[in-house]
Amino acid sequence: MTVKFLAARRRNPAVAIALLLLALVVVGGAYSLASNAQPAVAAMGSQTQVEEGKKLYLEGCSSCHGLNAQGTKYGPTLIGVGAASVHFQVGTGRMPLAAPGAQAVAKPPAYNEDEVAKMAAYVATLAPGPAIPSAEQVDYADADVAKGGVLFRINCAQCHQAAGQGGALTQGKYAPSLMNATPTEIYEAMLTGPQNMPVFSDETLPVEEKKAIIAYVNELQQAPSPGGLALGRLGPVVEGLFLWTAVFAALIAAAVWIGIKAR
Amino acid sequence: MSTDKDLLPVDPHDEPGHLPIADIPHTPRVTDTDPKAARRAERQVASMFLLSMVFVVLFVVAFVTIDKSAVVYIPVLGVVGASQIALGFTFGMAILLIGTGAIQWAKKLMPDVEVVQERHSLASTPKEDEAAKDNYDRGKEESGFARYTIIRRTLIGALALFPIPLVIMLRDLWQTPPGENPAEILSTTAWRDGLRIVPDTGETTGEFLKGIRPEDIPVGGLVSALPVNIMEIQKAEHNLNARGKAAIILVRMDPGEIRSQQGEGWDYQGILAYSKICTHVGCPIALYEHRTHHLLCPCHQSTFDLADSGDVIFGPAARRMPQLPIGVDEEGFLVAKSDFQQPVGPSFWERG
Amino acid sequence: MSTTSPLEKPAPVEKAGGAVATYVDQRLGSNRALGRNLGKVFPDHWSFMLGEIVLYSFIVVLLTGVYLTLFFKPSMVEVVYDGSYVPLKGVMMSEAYASSLDISFDVRGGLLIRQMHHWAALIFVAAMVVHAFRVFFTGAYRKPRELNWILGVVLLTLALAAGFTGYSLPDDLLSGTGLQIIRGIVQAIPVVGTWLAFFMFGGEYPGTDIISRLYSAHILLVPGLILAVVTVHLMMVWVQKHTQFPGPGRTNTNVVGYPLMPVYMAKAGGFFFVVFGVIALIGGLVTINPIWIFGPYTPDQVSAGTQPDWYIGWLDGALRLMPNWETVIAGYTISWNVLIPSVIIPGILFTLLALYPFIEAWVTGDKRDHNLLERPRNAPVRTGIGVMAIVFYGILWIGGGNDIVAVAFDMSINSISWALRILLIVAPPIAFIITKRICLGLQRKDRDKLLHGYESGRVLRLPHGEFIEVHQPINVKEMAVITSKTDHAVLPAPQKIDADGVRNPRYLVHSLRHRLSTFFYGDNVPTPSAAEIEHGQHHAAEQAAIEAPLHEYEDRDVIYNAHGGVLHHPGMPETNAEQIAEETRS
Repeated sequence: MTVKFLAARRRNPAVAIALLLLALVVVGGAYSLASNAQPAVAAMGSQTQVEEGKKLYLEGCSSCHGLNAQGTKYGPTLIGVGAASVHFQVGTGRMPLAAPGAQAVAKPPAYNEDEVAKMAAYVATLAPGPAIPSAEQVDYADADVAKGGVLFRINCAQCHQAAGQGGALTQGKYAPSLMNATPTEIYEAMLTGPQNMPVFSDETLPVEEKKAIIAYVNELQQAPSPGGLALGRLGPVVEGLFLWTAVFAALIAAAVWIGIKAR
Repeated sequence: MSTDKDLLPVDPHDEPGHLPIADIPHTPRVTDTDPKAARRAERQVASMFLLSMVFVVLFVVAFVTIDKSAVVYIPVLGVVGASQIALGFTFGMAILLIGTGAIQWAKKLMPDVEVVQERHSLASTPKEDEAAKDNYDRGKEESGFARYTIIRRTLIGALALFPIPLVIMLRDLWQTPPGENPAEILSTTAWRDGLRIVPDTGETTGEFLKGIRPEDIPVGGLVSALPVNIMEIQKAEHNLNARGKAAIILVRMDPGEIRSQQGEGWDYQGILAYSKICTHVGCPIALYEHRTHHLLCPCHQSTFDLADSGDVIFGPAARRMPQLPIGVDEEGFLVAKSDFQQPVGPSFWERG
Repeated sequence: MSTTSPLEKPAPVEKAGGAVATYVDQRLGSNRALGRNLGKVFPDHWSFMLGEIVLYSFIVVLLTGVYLTLFFKPSMVEVVYDGSYVPLKGVMMSEAYASSLDISFDVRGGLLIRQMHHWAALIFVAAMVVHAFRVFFTGAYRKPRELNWILGVVLLTLALAAGFTGYSLPDDLLSGTGLQIIRGIVQAIPVVGTWLAFFMFGGEYPGTDIISRLYSAHILLVPGLILAVVTVHLMMVWVQKHTQFPGPGRTNTNVVGYPLMPVYMAKAGGFFFVVFGVIALIGGLVTINPIWIFGPYTPDQVSAGTQPDWYIGWLDGALRLMPNWETVIAGYTISWNVLIPSVIIPGILFTLLALYPFIEAWVTGDKRDHNLLERPRNAPVRTGIGVMAIVFYGILWIGGGNDIVAVAFDMSINSISWALRILLIVAPPIAFIITKRICLGLQRKDRDKLLHGYESGRVLRLPHGEFIEVHQPINVKEMAVITSKTDHAVLPAPQKIDADGVRNPRYLVHSLRHRLSTFFYGDNVPTPSAAEIEHGQHHAAEQAAIEAPLHEYEDRDVIYNAHGGVLHHPGMPETNAEQIAEETRS
């Protein structure tokens, strides 16, 4: 291209667009090059992860949990809750709270896996606390399902219901359904006692027992319903409802049909 | 009483000058007038009966061939037991079709003209009443029931008394151990001073039956627990009675959060032991909200505040949850310091 | 329809049947009864089938129950489970629970029969309740059927007992918790409660006797009593003949319907198979009481969402809503919080239920036989009382499931409990008032129909210019139904001292009776006299006559609408049927 060619077109509207595109490509490329360098730095040590986590924390969590995670009247202290708590609460979308209320509701998470890991790493540095369970800890393949059932009925059914469908607590709180819980979530919930759930530490409920419970919950999640339509596995209330609607409708319809004169 | 039947009118259809009784309307059915429709109805009924027989055959096939643990996916129903569904459906249809066939037969082919039948008063005629009374009087006179006073009175006495052995023989529905009574039995449990507390794991052997150390229970923790000798007692008595009274829960809170207890120093470093049997009508209660320290019973929603002597804060329970005083023994395991100081479970008359 | 000609020979089966009939008749005189009863007339209305649903579901319960007794073991001895349901393998449980699991998983068809049994039991009680309400709202319990009503209340109580003893037998965590609650209730009875509880359980709770004792009650005592009472109940219906709804040709002294043979036999017999078939289908396709999910019973475990079967749910709700009142007097405890909802209130309700026919008869002074059913609108106070009872029961019912409601609708159980407590007191009287007003409104509408015919919606301009709405005289069936209403006179007010100066010693009682009688029927809209009705219907017919020429006009000529389109011309189809016929022809 000759200078003359370029100069003659310097006031062409297309020039602005071309320049804009060029700028975007340059900046974007530079940024991606720079951030590609990040993992290398991060892999070398978790210091950057912790810092990133702290940044994320200050942006999204400090307004309720305090600038130093010491807690405010809007949210409890996070000192000592451990990485497991953060992974559970933020990973299931319970935190950040959408609105103040009786209970934090599980919803689509606001942060991705990576960000959750960073925030968890930061909170873990505040004080010793439960760590995110390892893959081995949640590997329930060899666990005894029947034993898990026994433990589930002793420790879990009184809140989460015998079939894991969830149950009511006081003042609008509730123990949620377990039908979509992953093994890691279950382990972390037992370990950290989110909200009003009691804390089942690894001393009171050892790893093997936790695995058995996870195996049993998994069984509940994918068990077939031997008797037919399951009606929610909520017990006699729903069965009674079905009786008074569908079943009775069928019987009354039959009775009316008998009485109607044929055409 | 002078106020009755004279004032009340009789059946309006019996009154003179009232509207006459209408004729029963009747319109003929299609099957009455059209022989083709009648034959179609006949075929309909017969095919229902035939289909019923087919379903019986299918039932037998299903019973013999389908494995009892097989599952199958059916829309709307989900993944369900295959044998169950197959047997239920074939059996149900076989029976249902007999019913629909019979009803269709009656509706379409049997006469649908309504018939009138008169009612007759069931009351006996005065002559029959008279005859009854005469017979009764004759019988009474011949028996001498009225005349023989002593016979009458002793007969009544004997008849009144003879059911008593039948009632008395029900006494051993409960073979009462000598010297015991229900109130006393209800007022004591297996807990004693120095008896170790063990967690309920559903196991009967194992490391855990040794005991629980206070450092193993985190703040906010909940452990369902029993006396260390519970399995011995169960084996000796061949029942679950001791478990039903001695079951407890251990909860741990920050000692500063304990506002009151049922006795001075009954906790151990923030660990509190409460009975697991609700004081309302006796459901086991282990729904512990560790931040509010509330214990909620799933049966009737009685709620107890474990940071405040287990007092009732909502619901139909009238009495607070009994607390068990605890400490540690020389080896550092949690133990009870005595039995409960009040009866556990639902109230009773002699409770005091 | 065919009739056998006298020349045809009877079929061999018929001949054999005839021989059997003769054989039995020579020994028992049965042909006389057959002759009388084969033609017995039964009125036909779908609501009369409700009692049949009760009977047929009971038969299904009995049949399936016998099957279950062949496999169930009513023992509380602890065994280790070794059947095919994996999540409970190796778990300690009572033999009762283990045998129930065997029925569900290892006996082919066992789960089907178990579920049929349970569903049939639910239908049994539900149909009984709806049947009782049908009888109540139509006044069928009045003379001569008061005794049958009492038998019905007895049957209801026995059905509740049968259901409760039955679902407690598998000894699972859900029903066992219910048994634990019963023990708490019995224990709370003053003076004898603890002894009663210990006798019931053979000692401390749970002991090892209760399941086998419930078993003997459930398979022997209660069904025996039910069978005996049901037999008398049905015999009374047979002898007294069934009541019937008012209608054309129906009076207080006849029965209009179909004869036992063949129509009623076919319909009733067919309905038996329909009910049986529906139960089998539901039992096969819809899960009920999945005991394997709840696990074996132990007195120190519980599940969230613990409720009894629906017909006991109202008692559970009463227990939940009751305030926590308890008094201690001189070292003795009276637990009002347990006694009022579980013993006192049900006791009062069932007693009132049983005595209601007699109370109403005393209030109204009605001593006549009633074989024609009364339309609910014609007895507003009775209907209002019935609706009040339903509302009261319904609120307790919802209370029994308040934790399920809380989770399903994301509400606080505390708020629900408080709301229901208030509603329980406030809603029934409001429901009564609303129902009574609706009934009186319907009575007025009926009276209007009698006197003026019903509004046809067509506006007619009379020759002198007046616009009227054309009223159509009501048809024969409706006339019969509306005019079946009887005028119930109110009992007169008593005099404290009569004309001869004699004081009335029962003045207060008579005065109360007069007031109640006024309350019961005093607001009823008076029935027009026969003359008034004739006049009214005649007037309506006159209007229709004025309109008639218009129809002639329509037949004779073509009518155009404002835009020139044809609205009607002779030969045009008048009904949809004719239109369709024409279209299919062309």
